[in-house]
Amino acid sequence: MAKLIALTPCAGLLPVTEGSVTLTEIEMDRMASIAPFAGKAAAVGKALKKVGLGWPAPGTSITGKGAEAAWFATGKALVIDADVPDLAGLAAVTDQTDGWAAVRIEGAGTLDVLARLLPVDLRALAEGGCVRTVVGHMQAHVTKAGPEAFRILVFRSMARTLVHELGEAMAGVAARG
Amino acid sequence: MRVEGKGLIDRSRRVTFTFDDRRMTGYAGDTLASALLANDVRLVGRSFKYHRPRGILTAGSEEPNALMTIGTGAQAEPNQRATTQELFDGLVAQSQNRWPSLARDVLSVNDLISPFLGAGFYYKTFMWPRSFWEKLYEPFIRRAAGLGALNGRNNPDHYERAFAFCDVLVIGAGPTGLMAALTAARAGADVILADEDSRMGGRLLAETGEVDGKPGHLWAEEVLAELAALPNVRLMPRTTVTGAYDQGTYGALERVGQHRPREPHLPLECFWRIAAKRAILCAGALERPIAFPNNDRPGIMAAGAVRAYLNRWGVAPGRAVTIFGNNDDAHRTAQDLAAAGVKVAALIDSRTGIEVKADYPVLTGGRVVATSGRLGLARITVQHGGGTRTIATDCLAMSGGWNPTVHLTCHMNGRPEWREDIASFVPKPGAIPGLVAAGACNGTFSTAGCLAEGARVAAETLADLGMSATKADLPRAEDGAYAIEPLWHIPGKGRKWLDFQNDVHVKDIKLAVQENFRSVEHMKRYTTQGMATDQGKNSNVAALAVLADVSGRGIPETGTTTFRPPYVPVSIAAMGAQAQGKGFAPQRFTTSHAASVERGAPMIEAGLWYRPSYFPRPGERTWKEACDREVKMVRSAVGICDVSTLGKIDIQGPDAAAFLDFVYANTFSTLPVGKVRYGLMLREDGHVMDDGTTARLGETHYVMTTTTAAAGPVMRHLEFVAQVLRPDLDVQMISVTEQWAQFSVVGPRARAVLNGVLDTPIDDTSFPYMGCGAVSVSGVAGRLFRISFSGEHAYEVAVPARYGESLYRLLLAQAEVLGGGPYGMEALNVMRIEKGFITHAEIHGRTTAFDIGMDRMVSQKKDCIGQAASRRPGLLEEGREQLVGLKPLQPASRITAGAHLFDEGAATKRQNDKGYVTSVCWSPTLDSHIALGFVANGRARLGEKIRAVDHLRGVDTTCEIVNPVFFDPEGGRLRG
Amino acid sequence: MRITCPICGERDRREFYYGGNAVLADRPARDAGEAAWDAYIHLRDNPAGTSRELWQHEVGCGAWMVVERDTVTHAVHGATLAPGAAR
Repeated sequence: MAKLIALTPCAGLLPVTEGSVTLTEIEMDRMASIAPFAGKAAAVGKALKKVGLGWPAPGTSITGKGAEAAWFATGKALVIDADVPDLAGLAAVTDQTDGWAAVRIEGAGTLDVLARLLPVDLRALAEGGCVRTVVGHMQAHVTKAGPEAFRILVFRSMARTLVHELGEAMAGVAARG
Repeated sequence: MRVEGKGLIDRSRRVTFTFDDRRMTGYAGDTLASALLANDVRLVGRSFKYHRPRGILTAGSEEPNALMTIGTGAQAEPNQRATTQELFDGLVAQSQNRWPSLARDVLSVNDLISPFLGAGFYYKTFMWPRSFWEKLYEPFIRRAAGLGALNGRNNPDHYERAFAFCDVLVIGAGPTGLMAALTAARAGADVILADEDSRMGGRLLAETGEVDGKPGHLWAEEVLAELAALPNVRLMPRTTVTGAYDQGTYGALERVGQHRPREPHLPLECFWRIAAKRAILCAGALERPIAFPNNDRPGIMAAGAVRAYLNRWGVAPGRAVTIFGNNDDAHRTAQDLAAAGVKVAALIDSRTGIEVKADYPVLTGGRVVATSGRLGLARITVQHGGGTRTIATDCLAMSGGWNPTVHLTCHMNGRPEWREDIASFVPKPGAIPGLVAAGACNGTFSTAGCLAEGARVAAETLADLGMSATKADLPRAEDGAYAIEPLWHIPGKGRKWLDFQNDVHVKDIKLAVQENFRSVEHMKRYTTQGMATDQGKNSNVAALAVLADVSGRGIPETGTTTFRPPYVPVSIAAMGAQAQGKGFAPQRFTTSHAASVERGAPMIEAGLWYRPSYFPRPGERTWKEACDREVKMVRSAVGICDVSTLGKIDIQGPDAAAFLDFVYANTFSTLPVGKVRYGLMLREDGHVMDDGTTARLGETHYVMTTTTAAAGPVMRHLEFVAQVLRPDLDVQMISVTEQWAQFSVVGPRARAVLNGVLDTPIDDTSFPYMGCGAVSVSGVAGRLFRISFSGEHAYEVAVPARYGESLYRLLLAQAEVLGGGPYGMEALNVMRIEKGFITHAEIHGRTTAFDIGMDRMVSQKKDCIGQAASRRPGLLEEGREQLVGLKPLQPASRITAGAHLFDEGAATKRQNDKGYVTSVCWSPTLDSHIALGFVANGRARLGEKIRAVDHLRGVDTTCEIVNPVFFDPEGGRLRG
Repeated sequence: MRITCPICGERDRREFYYGGNAVLADRPARDAGEAAWDAYIHLRDNPAGTSRELWQHEVGCGAWMVVERDTVTHAVHGATLAPGAAR
């Protein structure tokens, strides 16, 4: 029997560098959304603590052992690169690994590039802090991943537009010198 | 003429440019206007209506006359102000609104017949016959009157939009703005200082007065150096704040690339949206002209501008300059010119009883009553001391006083207030929440006053934000009084111009009042006063003073017109940056996109998605040939289609079943695990919102499918129901549209294809019709649904999206071995019409479950969205238009979507309309055109004849009304 | 226009979806009768002044909320989460 070949959302599109800013793809290993059922948030938090994570407060993420629990929406978190503990009866667990294109943008001037596309003040974000907002017209999840680095998730189908729009903004900022 | 030893230009760097194909030179630091004046160019344009010769009036963005087309070819930009256009090597500038040349302009004949062209002329003259307007009058007027022309080509330039945030936005970097920014910045506030000039400093760059014991521009430089070094300060030169909007949002236009040669990727402009907690408006003031007879000749300029050209750019706009004013400030122009060695022919002050000591003639109580010089000022006539005298002069610097730049404070409906002592309007405090005006724009005109007010307002703003200003000494500066005696217009022979750009003069305002356009807003529309690129920045206050005078009211009662954003012209390209062409919206691509394109499929847009229209084979000449073949292929063998674009929503929770019962008209709590059911979703008003299938994967776990178009709205609706209407239900949902790549495998050989990719073969028992479940697809965990949108034995197989492309190619390979292949949207549409399946062409927002024949699906055993309203009598009555099939009596006769239906023999008029056609196709299966449509009481009329008439496309086809399910109505093929 | 989302803080209007007057939250019972349903679906006040509206922070946290704002001054007075928004 034939074997199915996996392709990443940004296959063939990245990396791109303009001036001091670089855009690369993050290959998602595992990513699941967790949405606790009524009154089960504490129990879910406890279960996540056992795997070195926890329930992230709005706009924050918790990292541990190479894994991450990131706030995702009201009542929802993403668990990234970790085995989700058994949450049967406690929370809706949904595989999101393939649903999102994930990129990392970094380098001096990254904030200027993102200011072209995101209507939020990312300067205020602490490392590990995350926001739900738009990149241009695309719904996005944005996490501050380093001093001048951000991780951006958009719907997988929009990978090409994401790369194009970030690339244009990077080129425009680089051209200002 | 350049004046040695004056100006802030860099005389070591010569810059070459052309104006109307004449090569000229200037210096780095020049504007196009200062360079033209240095080259003794006075005539720079023609006015809008009368084509009067016009020269440079001002030194800023308020310039009404010196509008140029900058650049060439597709990159030529019309209506750029020479006064803000920075000079650079290779700049190409062309004057506008003249033919064949600026000096010999044929349409200047308009000026000779101007007695007939007064305000309202066009309204009155070009009324009849009406049909002449579009073809004759409008093109003629557009040709005769106007500014620069667009080049008509695609704009190749780059533009940007961007967002910025701050605690304090300081608008304007003159003495007030610099002091305010410095105060706020030193206190640690996050500050943006925006100024429209290329060099910050405002009037400090144009005046000779000292600040803190040093020239004003040096003090400004020191302040700017301190600000630039602070991490909490962002300096935004060349950035005009153009509008004030709700909740502290400001629009600002940054000129990024217009002051240098084009470079790839360098944006021309950037349109900023700045969200500021507080703003301090330090926009300064604009000098107003005086309306004396023939006050528009090239060489007649604003007095403050003459001073600016001398002090900042080292240019004397004339060799024998006269000054005419009604206030103290005008005297500075005379003083500075004399000190620089430029001849001052006379200083004329309209006021009496003032004393001036000077080395040049001073005529107090004097008035300019006439001017002469065809293409530039040569002489003026002055009334003084009971007689008149003529003075030879090539430049007249006039000052009717200063108008605070209140515009931004009016953007949220605020009206400025009149201040008698300065004879001008000042901002109404609080007109823009969070914004405070300071300095000249607030009516404070001395440098010392501006510095003090900037510091004070900044301190108050900081306190408002819970911060405190560090105490700092104010720099010393001039603190002269500003004495003014209003002087609006001077009687005499000849037109007294108010609005130089729109050719409005005093008599036009009088005419407006005479014809009862007395309200300031009516006067504006009647005369065009204050329109076009300068929006009356120079002229509005004087015009309404005249209006007040003529209509016998005071100025405050007359009021101002409404200042709206933008403060300066903003190109649509800048506001629409990133949205040109395909940037308008994200493009969504399926995982099979590349494979479809490889096969030559034209891709069509479905919402934001791109889907294959059809897959042409060699020898096929039209889309229809391909479509017909694909339909036959699917119905006889097997076809593959990517259906990943349909919305997929994962719904889980103890109350998931109850939730679905509430959002769907039909029942899902009774659906067994491992089964799929068609669902109909209503809006609360009883009309159909969307439809789709929902599968029960587990006791508390469903996956809902929506149509491609409604995926977003349905998700939003479900969240609304869960969060707002039914918080009692314990349910969670999330979109999984993008997680799964899903392909339909359709046709008699569908199962054979699937069994070629599934690790465990399926049969009718393990996967009966409407069955679903987990499967292993070539080693990958997937899902399988036995559902059909074609009437054929069909499945949808889903795998995580990373495997989508691979599975699509594998399915195609399997299908092709069995005589099948890919099919596109055209064939999909044909097959669903043959089967009578609805899409949003039918559930278009005005149809009910009753209309589409599904009213029995609306369960009465439970409450659901839309149930109560769907029982309204009007939504159930017999006369409603009901879904039917339509089949032409002659199979080859065309029906068109949008055609309306009429009974045979009835006149085809609106009153006889019996319904309309929603979907049409050529059915290769039935060898006939077929259609779906809505006919009044249609279900009772099966077998009757009706005419489908489309006047637009010339279609008139008699059809039989039939069951909408044209093909296999018993559904035997589905269960296959 | 900017709205302060109780979860995410102050955000640009483009992140929000307007969902109609807040009366939509008070859904009548299925047997409430024609007048109640007519009022719920069709009848709206058009106040010059304070207006209570449902908004969703659609591309943000996804929460529905009631936003109170002034239709004359455009001032936004505040937002309260819908009862099931913080689940």
